[in-house]
Amino acid sequence: MKMMKGRFFPILVPVFSVILGLIIGAIIMLVSGYDPIAAYGALVTGVFGDSYNLGETVRTATPLILSGLAVAFAFRTGLFNIGVEGQVLVGWLASVYVGISLDAPMVIHLPLAILAGALAGAIWGVIPGLLKAKFKVHEVITTIMMNYIALYGTNGIIRAYLLQPGERTKDIKSSASLGSAFLGELTEGSRMHYGLIVAIIVAVIMWFILWKTTTGYELRAVGFNQHASQYAGINVSKNIILAMAISGAFAGVAGTMEGLGTFQYMSINNAFTGVGFDGIAVSLLGANGSIGIIVAAFLFGGLKQGALEMSSAAGVPTELVGIIIALIIFFVACSYLVHWLTNRFTKGGKL
Amino acid sequence: MEYVIEMRNIRKEFPGIVANDNVTLQVQKGEIHALLGENGAGKSTLMNVLFGLYQPEQGEIYIKGEKVDITDPNIANNLGIGMVHQHFMLVENFTVTENIILGREITTGGRIDLKKAAKEIQKLSDQYGLRVDPYAKIENISVGMQQRVEILKTLYRGAEILIFDEPTAVLTPQEIHELMEILKKLVAEGKSIILITHKLKEIMEACDRCTVIRRGRGIGTVDVASSSPRHLAEMMVGREVNFKVEKQPAQPKGAVLEITNLVVEDSRKVPVVNELNLQVKSGEILGIAGVDGNGQTELLEAITGLHKVKSGTVTLNGENITNQKPRKVTQSGLGHIPQDRHKHGLVLDFSIGTNMVLQTYYQQPFSKHKILKFQTIHNKAKALIDEFDVRTPSIHTPARALSGGNQQKAIIAREVDRSPDFLIAAQPTRGLDVGAIEFIHSKLIQERDKGKAVLLVSFELDEIMHVSDRIAVIYEGKIVAIVDPKETTEQELGLLMAGGKKDKAGDKV
Ligand SMILES: Nc1ncnc2c1ncn2[C@@H]1O[C@H](COP(=O)(O)OP(=O)(O)OP(=O)(O)O)[C@@H](O)[C@H]1O
Ligand SMILES: [Mg+2]
Repeated sequence: MKMMKGRFFPILVPVFSVILGLIIGAIIMLVSGYDPIAAYGALVTGVFGDSYNLGETVRTATPLILSGLAVAFAFRTGLFNIGVEGQVLVGWLASVYVGISLDAPMVIHLPLAILAGALAGAIWGVIPGLLKAKFKVHEVITTIMMNYIALYGTNGIIRAYLLQPGERTKDIKSSASLGSAFLGELTEGSRMHYGLIVAIIVAVIMWFILWKTTTGYELRAVGFNQHASQYAGINVSKNIILAMAISGAFAGVAGTMEGLGTFQYMSINNAFTGVGFDGIAVSLLGANGSIGIIVAAFLFGGLKQGALEMSSAAGVPTELVGIIIALIIFFVACSYLVHWLTNRFTKGGKL
Repeated sequence: MEYVIEMRNIRKEFPGIVANDNVTLQVQKGEIHALLGENGAGKSTLMNVLFGLYQPEQGEIYIKGEKVDITDPNIANNLGIGMVHQHFMLVENFTVTENIILGREITTGGRIDLKKAAKEIQKLSDQYGLRVDPYAKIENISVGMQQRVEILKTLYRGAEILIFDEPTAVLTPQEIHELMEILKKLVAEGKSIILITHKLKEIMEACDRCTVIRRGRGIGTVDVASSSPRHLAEMMVGREVNFKVEKQPAQPKGAVLEITNLVVEDSRKVPVVNELNLQVKSGEILGIAGVDGNGQTELLEAITGLHKVKSGTVTLNGENITNQKPRKVTQSGLGHIPQDRHKHGLVLDFSIGTNMVLQTYYQQPFSKHKILKFQTIHNKAKALIDEFDVRTPSIHTPARALSGGNQQKAIIAREVDRSPDFLIAAQPTRGLDVGAIEFIHSKLIQERDKGKAVLLVSFELDEIMHVSDRIAVIYEGKIVAIVDPKETTEQELGLLMAGGKKDKAGDKV
């Protein structure tokens, strides 16, 4: 029992939290006069019911994987990148710009568009990184401000240079598109695209950099203990900037999922997309690990997708799913409480 | 006989290790009870069980004859148990009073009554001779006073039983002396004390009885008055211990490290190292003796590239390393056992194996083309752990989970193993048991005999006298004297450390 607790504790917390979240969600439904069994039934149908729903779940999850990875990468190096949202936006715009304005065969055009998004995100991440490394300005503050600059900046650029009827840009050329007629057909016309492959590649890249390379060793050392890193001759400033660059690049790629995959264009955003902020939740639930994040992103994607069915079939407002997600996050954040509870249980069981 | 504390047959396991195996501890009212054992023997663990931080798998605890279940520190507090941890738990930018009342605030009409609290604290402080200023900020007071604040914190909460986990490891000799007086005063007022220390001298001086633990098992309890340091050490290690290391006379050659007219300023622009000159030769151990705060820390940080040099030069192996980056200095031939092992020495959240290559991870054979070679790293770590007797369940255990002394041994293993031309050993045996100290000293001497230069900084005059070949006395940022340990006495050193004034010595704070 003790061995199990040690090894599985990191998995136990998210699983516990999800279950608790769903139970309390059910209680809220009961209290407000909905039928939780019907609602959760509809939720499941909404995710797995048919291939269209499944495809849409994958589509929703894809950018969340990447934004989750972005948050996690920074977190692993001791930084709170709250600016993923803004990095997503600039990555989105950069990829769409390259997608519209370049003419090239797909093998060149598509990677180039993705890289453009990554680069834009990286630049957006480097600015707070530099401010932190050189002037000790806390990254939470600067990244939040960078989010607003990104939101209004991208809107301004679209309005000034790329505007088409419908408050949006042109569609990207098909040579830069991640979209796929084949996947669409397979999933009865869902907007599922090849981005999932990109997301999984990035997840592998993150795992590889962090755990297999000397760069990852340095990044993690700086994240845990700057004094010891300095003592060991590791350049702390350089690593802070690098961490923000890589994190920003991941976020930028998340933006390209929207630009080159789901939408094929960028429209003027009245508010934040939420992809970046959800990334914080995904990373938290996924315990900052590559595999955990993929699972968590699918869970959130599924909940969001299933919510639509829940409201149409069981009449439960979609906001309820928002509440459930919030509850899950709440419980993960309170993992201390869960820890304490499991301790109580295992101890009680033995006495 | 009723005991104030009786811990019976305590067993506590951690993944892969039994930290306490059937340990029994009985403390009488009004005594100072020493807890002695090698590094990793399980002393801190046993005290954490008593304080409610860990739950034992087996065993019972009785306080004043009554069976109790201490599931968290609050319960311990209510039972009158207070603990002074080795690493203080104080809020740096709070005042002494604010720190002490934290969690126990007295309020009048919803507002914290700091004045009243300060008065009470002053009273307590006077009663036990703690000399603490209730209005001082933690960040501005000495380590010794911070520790007295921790003591006051437990007294303020009504502690009758006080646990001290290696309180003297971070103190200067002067402060240790004061602490011993305080402990005696506490028991005179009816408190009972459990004291963990590796310094047998302190046990002989202040304690009534001593319980010895070896590798998690209780070995026995002895009356200190009818015992001797030698006997205690044997009980603890299980073999005879040489207190004095054997060494041949040094055969120094050319200078490896040369410091000329070094000036280092602290953050307030005060020159804490002031026109300092020093040479360390190949094949010698140079000891630096000095009262804490005379520029030792800044001197070491300046040499190692962690602190900016204002003027003057430092050369290592003939290479100018003044104001060079730490990596560059390391590559010029420096090894550094840092004074603060948690701050500089280890990444506590890395595994102990990973920490073993903190200085070399980027070099072959530990990595190639920026890819880490885990197999080689693990083999290296295993070899070092064996050679230096670092007690850990495995190389994958987080450094944080090792006992304090074993963390220190790991750092020493890493630095000594690279066999650098110039090795800085700052408080290298702080928190080590007598057996480990003997081993580390012989390692330092071995390096010396290989023709390396060793700079030893220590507050333990014993250590300086026994291990060094030459002693440099630092005072107010300058080297004021260089003496031969064979031709000096602790008294003379004490005088020199206090500024060389021949009248009253040792009273410098
Ligand atoms: N939180 C923990 N997790 C895992 N193992 C632990 C933990 N705390 C202690 N240990 C292990 O238990 C053993 C006893 O450790 P403990 O800290 O009690 O030793 P100690 O006698 O205080 O030694 P030292 O004199 O070096 O401080 C060690 O082997 C240590 O690695
Ligand atoms: Mg200990």
